[in-house]
Amino acid sequence: MKIVVTIVGQDRVGIVAKVSTALADVNVNVLDINQNIMHGFFNMVMIADMGAATLSLKDLQQKLSDVGKSIGVDIKIQSEDIFNIMHRI
Amino acid sequence: MLRINEIFETNRMIEENKLDVRTITMGISLRGCGDPDIKVFCKNIYDKITQTAKNLVRVGEDIEAEFGIPIINKRVSVTPIAVVAESCRADSYVPVAEAMDKAAQELGVNFIGGFTALVDKHETEGDIILINSIPEALARTVRVCSSVNIGTTKSGINMDAVRRMGVVVKRTAELTAAQDAIGCAKLVIFCNAVQDNPFMAGAFHGVGEGASAINVGVSGPGVVKHALESVRGQSFDIVAETIKRTAFKITRVGQLVAQEASKRLGVKMGIIDLSLAPTPAIGDSVAHILEEMGIESCGAPGTTAALALLNDAVKKGGLMAAEHVGGLSGAFIPISEDAGMIAAVERGSLTLEKLEAMTCVCSVGLDMIAVPGDTSASTLSAIIADEAAIGMINNKTTAVRLIPVPDKKVGDNVRFGGLLGHCPIMAVNSFKSDDFIARGGRIPAPLRSLTN
Repeated sequence: MKIVVTIVGQDRVGIVAKVSTALADVNVNVLDINQNIMHGFFNMVMIADMGAATLSLKDLQQKLSDVGKSIGVDIKIQSEDIFNIMHRI
Repeated sequence: MLRINEIFETNRMIEENKLDVRTITMGISLRGCGDPDIKVFCKNIYDKITQTAKNLVRVGEDIEAEFGIPIINKRVSVTPIAVVAESCRADSYVPVAEAMDKAAQELGVNFIGGFTALVDKHETEGDIILINSIPEALARTVRVCSSVNIGTTKSGINMDAVRRMGVVVKRTAELTAAQDAIGCAKLVIFCNAVQDNPFMAGAFHGVGEGASAINVGVSGPGVVKHALESVRGQSFDIVAETIKRTAFKITRVGQLVAQEASKRLGVKMGIIDLSLAPTPAIGDSVAHILEEMGIESCGAPGTTAALALLNDAVKKGGLMAAEHVGGLSGAFIPISEDAGMIAAVERGSLTLEKLEAMTCVCSVGLDMIAVPGDTSASTLSAIIADEAAIGMINNKTTAVRLIPVPDKKVGDNVRFGGLLGHCPIMAVNSFKSDDFIARGGRIPAPLRSLTN
């Protein structure tokens, strides 16, 4: 299953590194990264494949949410399907 | 590949504009549950409901977490009880309502609909027992919702049932007076009721439905309001187009949730209901959409035209986004469940008569309106008849959910809590209709029923 990871919060050193490491630890493969800084706010979207992940989606959501809290950003993981069905016919 | 702005657009709709799936409602047929012994019948329906819907809440929560979209309610609707309970040798169906309530509690669903009778032409013995049981059933249960269909375009209006329902609404208010007549918030009187409506309090699983079905009601007044903010001052062509595009996106989410729920529960997908359903939360109001179009306060001249455009554009946008569209599919205009409607009543811009006009162009009817406790049964019946006439002649669903709150008068306020919200008591025309309602009989089906 493909997932969309959205990260929003105050910019700081190491956000990409922390999130990528957390995903790599559970064998989630990052397919695409898109990131910008707007008004000092860090916005990032990662699309990743969790077909070979060692965690369930629910556990991954919890793990990344904890990582986000430790670095002061909000991390959300959703199935890619909700975006595809809304924006692609 | 998805673009970053698309992903943030979806999440902004959910987080800031309160996009949600209002309800996943599982319709369950009780047609095999009949028994002459009401105790056996109640056990049969309890078992049927709790077995069929046992995974409903868990699956709903899984989908919610996986897609990051709130699913506010998971609910159950059943075959009209008057149809299936008539086999019982009983003079009251209150125990049936209690069995439904217990089943809903066991499942963890907040409402169960289907304590229903369909009497658009005439009543059977079971229909009369059910209708007479409504006040006590609603007073003794928490989750049970009741509805009665008193007319259709094909049959006309059963004015005996209309008269009876005025009395039933009054009695329900009296029996639940301690909670500001909350029983009446769970009772809908329909003309042209639909068989696959997922929204309470009027949901039931029609007799033409299969063994079970998943029906989904989407929402999103806040998303439409936000989209219209970006086209302020522009023509209605642009307004309609903006609503259509937004409704399409909202409905796609409903379609995804419905197909996932259907797959995971092993239940056939029924319909997506395209209604815009408000909540009392700020930013989730249909009235505020109308005001965004340029109406100073909902109810001012222009409101009906604004609502007609909104209702039509939502349908056009949603239609292509869903596999099957059904239910009520239109903008809801309840008072107590919409912060903008409440404010409009308090400002004096919105009256019962204007609401009646608005119901000509949208779903569904005079909804969640608190009226003075001394409103007579025949006046309530006459309001029901007026609303039914609009539905019958215009070949659409109309409904009445009026709450005559005992001991309250115009200027007072009632608070139901939760999604049911709060409401100022609205004025009712004080001229009498007693002789009109006393006539009884049936208003014949209109000319437009003869379409064959």
